[in-house]
Amino acid sequence: MRRMVHAATAVAVLAMAGLPLPAAAQQEAPVPAAPKPAAAIPASQTFRIGLVRQIPPQPPWIAPLTAPPENLGVAGAELGIRDALTSGRFLKLDYTLATEVVPTEGDPLPAAQKLVDAGNNYILLDVPADQLLRIADALKAKDVLLVNVGAPDDSLRQADCRANVFHVAPNRGMLTDALAQFLMTKRWRNWFLFVGRTDGDKLYAEAVRNSARKFGAKIVAEKVWDYGPDARATAQSEVPRATQVGEYDILIIADEQGEFGDILPYNTWLARPTAGTQGLMSLSWHPTMENWGASQLQSRFFKQHQRMMLPLDFQMWEGVFSIASAGMKTRSSEVEKIRAQILSPEYDLPVFKGVAASFRPWDHQLRQPILLTHATNTVTLSPQQAYLHQRTPLDTLGFDQPESKCTFN
Amino acid sequence: MTRRNLLSAGLATMAGLMVLGETLPAQAQSAQTSPRAFISNERDHTVSVVDMGSLKVIETIKTGRRPRGITASPDGKLIYVAASDDNRVEVYDSNTFKLVKTLRSGPDPELFVLAPSGNPLYIANEDDNMVTVVNVENNELIAEIPVGVEPEGMGVSPDGRYMVNTSETTNMAHVVDTKTNEVIENILVDSRPRIAEFRKDGKQLWVSAEVGGTVAVIDPATWKIVKKISFDIPGVNKDAIQPVGVRITKDGKKAFVALGPANRVAVVDTGTLEVEKYMLVGQRVWQLAFTPDEKLLISTNGNSNDISIIDVASEKVTKSVAVGRSPWGAVVVP
Repeated sequence: MRRMVHAATAVAVLAMAGLPLPAAAQQEAPVPAAPKPAAAIPASQTFRIGLVRQIPPQPPWIAPLTAPPENLGVAGAELGIRDALTSGRFLKLDYTLATEVVPTEGDPLPAAQKLVDAGNNYILLDVPADQLLRIADALKAKDVLLVNVGAPDDSLRQADCRANVFHVAPNRGMLTDALAQFLMTKRWRNWFLFVGRTDGDKLYAEAVRNSARKFGAKIVAEKVWDYGPDARATAQSEVPRATQVGEYDILIIADEQGEFGDILPYNTWLARPTAGTQGLMSLSWHPTMENWGASQLQSRFFKQHQRMMLPLDFQMWEGVFSIASAGMKTRSSEVEKIRAQILSPEYDLPVFKGVAASFRPWDHQLRQPILLTHATNTVTLSPQQAYLHQRTPLDTLGFDQPESKCTFN
Repeated sequence: MTRRNLLSAGLATMAGLMVLGETLPAQAQSAQTSPRAFISNERDHTVSVVDMGSLKVIETIKTGRRPRGITASPDGKLIYVAASDDNRVEVYDSNTFKLVKTLRSGPDPELFVLAPSGNPLYIANEDDNMVTVVNVENNELIAEIPVGVEPEGMGVSPDGRYMVNTSETTNMAHVVDTKTNEVIENILVDSRPRIAEFRKDGKQLWVSAEVGGTVAVIDPATWKIVKKISFDIPGVNKDAIQPVGVRITKDGKKAFVALGPANRVAVVDTGTLEVEKYMLVGQRVWQLAFTPDEKLLISTNGNSNDISIIDVASEKVTKSVAVGRSPWGAVVVP
């Protein structure tokens, strides 16, 4: 992490400059001491949080820079538990985490049931949408609150919404609305949409079309990627041909697995920027996020896991934090009380993005700012300033109340 | 601080004096007597020195990386600066602007408060869930007090008996007995508490909550919240009202609250606890500082890279002065 490197350099410079160091400073260990363990206060309330993560299908190739870490997501939940314990010790609140990782071909339902049977009544889920619905329906009668930290499907917030599920992961519509607002602010209104071959890509493309309609952009060309799973070797000859579609302002990529999106920039026929799932990406989080205290969360994460915090890590951290911060108010781990607190108008979740996040009562989606970032910089956060709303500007992203098709039965 | 920095600080001082001597002889004279404001510029790694008579920047001191918290010794002779990314506290002479010494700080020091007697210094270690207590005379570590996640705001009661730290992610004000350096009370406040400030008679403790949008007024006799003040500015979205800096006049009657991206400073009556007025200042106003005579109040405006000068009697903003990038904190010495 950049800041830490600098800190270490500063120590070295200080020593090299030959200045008399204060005696005490010399005794200080160069590596900051590990934080002291929480005082041993007997816990009066225990929040038992379970986590089910199903490993997603692997893309045909993985660039060395973007290889997913072994503990992707789970690492964020672990930091969330640590933060919750640091805060909770003052109120005698205890937090535990039980994790079940399910292989791509496995069944996450028994894993979730196992966690519930073991007494975990808050379950974070990073599973595909159809599995999430199976789990939600199977646990309907149980005293359990489910937090969707992974599935971006719009349907889960609309017709397929469930009363026992809260969504921390931004849905595709939130992500593409965030991008659309920025592109309209830039007056890049004419979009060329390039869609991948997976079902997720088609859903992302649908969200892009909805956002274009909502904010007044025009999709002037659309193509489906059918150049095979790994076109890296021939990209320089194939992509210029594939992108000859006439004039447009920006190329929008719908490629959630990362099969081809990264080989389009600089290979396009016209000199045009790229955005969407690659290029300028809309994300819940990124290692380059520093403002609004974000660097503190980044540096806590780095200290604990020795790597950068990725979007799924952040969403898992948010999942734990959303329960833990409600628990600070209720001082009770009862699901009904936490649920009521999460849905109360006073509930606000500071998520290091300048404004508080909160859950929409009509579909249980966490409303929060979305980052627009390229590989090495966070360019901006949406909602963009010009987009106003009578309730909160955050409701200009995703499904606002009048657009909601969710009815909790 | 490296030798290079010490040298350049010295050269800059000379250059500053030369400029003053050439163009502003009359004001150079007054610069000796007017109070001086020290503004930490988080993203420039500098401290701007503003002459409060002429309202001109008379010096820019190069500091360690990411200077944030800034305060002065009770006699006004020393300026303490938290160099957050260099993990130390730097101490400058307020007349010569030279680095006198550095103090240990613990990791990532953000804000600190000096005991009313001038010693010790209580430092919030934002990355480490800790408050570090340091003897400013001999740089010895007196205590490390475990607190909540992301400790930030630091206040001390006028009699020095209690130190209060706010933890931004735990959302608490932690009260520490300075005799034992132990936490004796934890007060749950709204989201992202940033500042803890006692009224000079010690009968009120004000804690601002940036994301919660409120200021909790706490009774130190019981450590219970008396009232949560909220702010309502016509035409400004509720999300943008983010209270940070709080300063209360010596007579204890008026409190000033910086409201972040609402670009306003609120004036609050400490008796009725009602907001009386909002004053428009620069963008993303963070911290506040009075001149010693309390005739002027300075606000640091993080996004417009300037400070606003507020006339306290008339409650009017009279001038803005450009300083460095992301001005964070301010302190004024006689």
